[in-house]
Amino acid sequence: MAPRVGTVVAVGVTRHIPAWLVGTALLCCSLAVLAGVLPDDRADALYHSYDGGGVEITGPSLMVLKKLGQNVAVNGNYYVDSISSASIDVVTSGASAYSEDRIEFSGGVDYLHGNSIMSLSFTNSSEDDYEANTAGFGISMDMFGNMTTVSMGYSRGWDMVMNNLDSTFSRDADRQNYKLGLTQVVTKDMLLELNYEGITDEGFLNNPYRSVRYLDPGGDSYSYESEIYPNTRTSNAVAIRSIYYLPYRAAVSGEYRFFDDTWGIDAHNLKFVYTHPLQGGWVLEGNYRYYTQNAADFYSDLFPFQGAQNFLARDKELSTFSSHTIGFKLSYDFIKNGWRSIDKGKINLAWDHILFDYDDFRDLRVVTPAPGDEPLYSFSADVVQLYVSIWF
Amino acid sequence: MRLCAFYLLLIALSLTGCSSIEPWVKPYERAHLADPIMNFDRDPVSGAYMTHVYQAREAARGAEGGHGGGCGCN
Amino acid sequence: MRTTQSAFMRYTLATVMVLLSSTVSAGTVQAPAPDFTLKSDSGENLRLSEMRGEVVLINFWASWCGPCRQEMPILSELHDKYKAMGFTVLGINVEENSSDARKLLKEMPVSFPVLFDNDSSVSKQYDVAAMPSTVLVDRDGNMRYLHKGYKPGLEDTYVDQVRSLIRE
Repeated sequence: MAPRVGTVVAVGVTRHIPAWLVGTALLCCSLAVLAGVLPDDRADALYHSYDGGGVEITGPSLMVLKKLGQNVAVNGNYYVDSISSASIDVVTSGASAYSEDRIEFSGGVDYLHGNSIMSLSFTNSSEDDYEANTAGFGISMDMFGNMTTVSMGYSRGWDMVMNNLDSTFSRDADRQNYKLGLTQVVTKDMLLELNYEGITDEGFLNNPYRSVRYLDPGGDSYSYESEIYPNTRTSNAVAIRSIYYLPYRAAVSGEYRFFDDTWGIDAHNLKFVYTHPLQGGWVLEGNYRYYTQNAADFYSDLFPFQGAQNFLARDKELSTFSSHTIGFKLSYDFIKNGWRSIDKGKINLAWDHILFDYDDFRDLRVVTPAPGDEPLYSFSADVVQLYVSIWF
Repeated sequence: MRLCAFYLLLIALSLTGCSSIEPWVKPYERAHLADPIMNFDRDPVSGAYMTHVYQAREAARGAEGGHGGGCGCN
Repeated sequence: MRTTQSAFMRYTLATVMVLLSSTVSAGTVQAPAPDFTLKSDSGENLRLSEMRGEVVLINFWASWCGPCRQEMPILSELHDKYKAMGFTVLGINVEENSSDARKLLKEMPVSFPVLFDNDSSVSKQYDVAAMPSTVLVDRDGNMRYLHKGYKPGLEDTYVDQVRSLIRE
């Protein structure tokens, strides 16, 4: 986020934007700006399945988007993760495999006014030991003859972290997201999009079950102690992406995102997607994604002794690792010319294969004479999605 | 400072929207841009799910989506 | 951090208010409608100046444009209702390749002539700045009203304007 001094300056400057400038803008815009369009009504039903690293998660995701009148659209989503986890963390900590369900409801309203769409959204996610609530506001504006779209968003989250092993345990974690986006029509065949998102978290940000390990005084065994995270985190993410229309009717897109945060993590990811329509309403799509991050400042696979630092983490999510994803999606328009009140229908099957490779997180299922010599951990995951979308 | 500059730019842009800066892609030339395959996020439920898959396993989060492009219809 | 938050909120609010002040654009014009000749869906060529003496509603549309598709059946009804009084709707499809348009017309036939502007020459002549765009031309061949975009309810304005031009 902007340094403190800069922020104070910004406030000062804005107070002096003269009223006449704002007034002129109001007058000018009301003469020439044209209206935008709300998205078409649709309903989607998705079945998702993740299988990798000893973790299996499946469930549905159902969404409906419907216009009410000309200027308002409402949407709702119901999502479930049915988790069955015997992940490396679970297995090596001696805990038994566990199952749980996470249920998420979200709802939102879009309001179209002139060339702007204002949105409000709310999400609630609930599982045995974690409750998350998020509320957000966004605005998206078309300008420059609909060549440019600018969007801004703000959302707040209020989470409650609990512990299944201790019913008295309850901590808060709050979140704020700031989003800015710009989409630009570059040519009749190409779009460019820039996105920025700043996120701040405050509160109990770690996992109440997770531990770190440290070397015992003898040097040939290790013990565990609880992880301790800072109680704030601020992150910035900037992404650029572009999509290009190929003359034989296909599309290719590329994206790069850079991420950094106050925990010392830098991450980069790169993604390419190629979409190829075939005869008869079939579309084939392939994607490749590469992700890399370096570890948080307070991360270590093996600390030298107990209580070595103020903050301690051994979560592989905060380690140095990279991942490659290769994915395919096949879609079919099964309703091409409308059927009763349904204009269009599509069925899709997608499969993504993700390879995770850790550089400083070790596989403790392998016991070695000296701690710290265990092989580095890696695993692969298969993500499958089967979904139907209808437009009405 | 960055925030302030962004908002001033936005207001300036909206002012120039009224002037005679002609869009270089005419509304009647947007056939390709209106094609569903040119939509970054044409399967929003699937997109949201994959974003969740990655966010749950990576430290990075944010800047995953946007709006715009398309037919530019009114 | 708190200063940034409230600053962000304040600026967003200010910008939202500035940019909310927009409306669908419509206008009155007064200039001769540029003449053109285009091939119609019935196969023969149609020339605008041949329609002098009739009130003409020229509608620029494309098969990929949602509001355009929404508007077409309404224009078809308008054409049927007033054609006996010396009124006609002329649809001009602006697509380079007419196959998608022809397919749409098969599924959703309209009662008015549809012309194909494959090289965008007429779109350029009329400086089409929005999709869809509708121009109302009076019996003397002058452009009188211009509508950019389509929102449900606009047809009521069409009816009023068409009737006033018919009565002239």
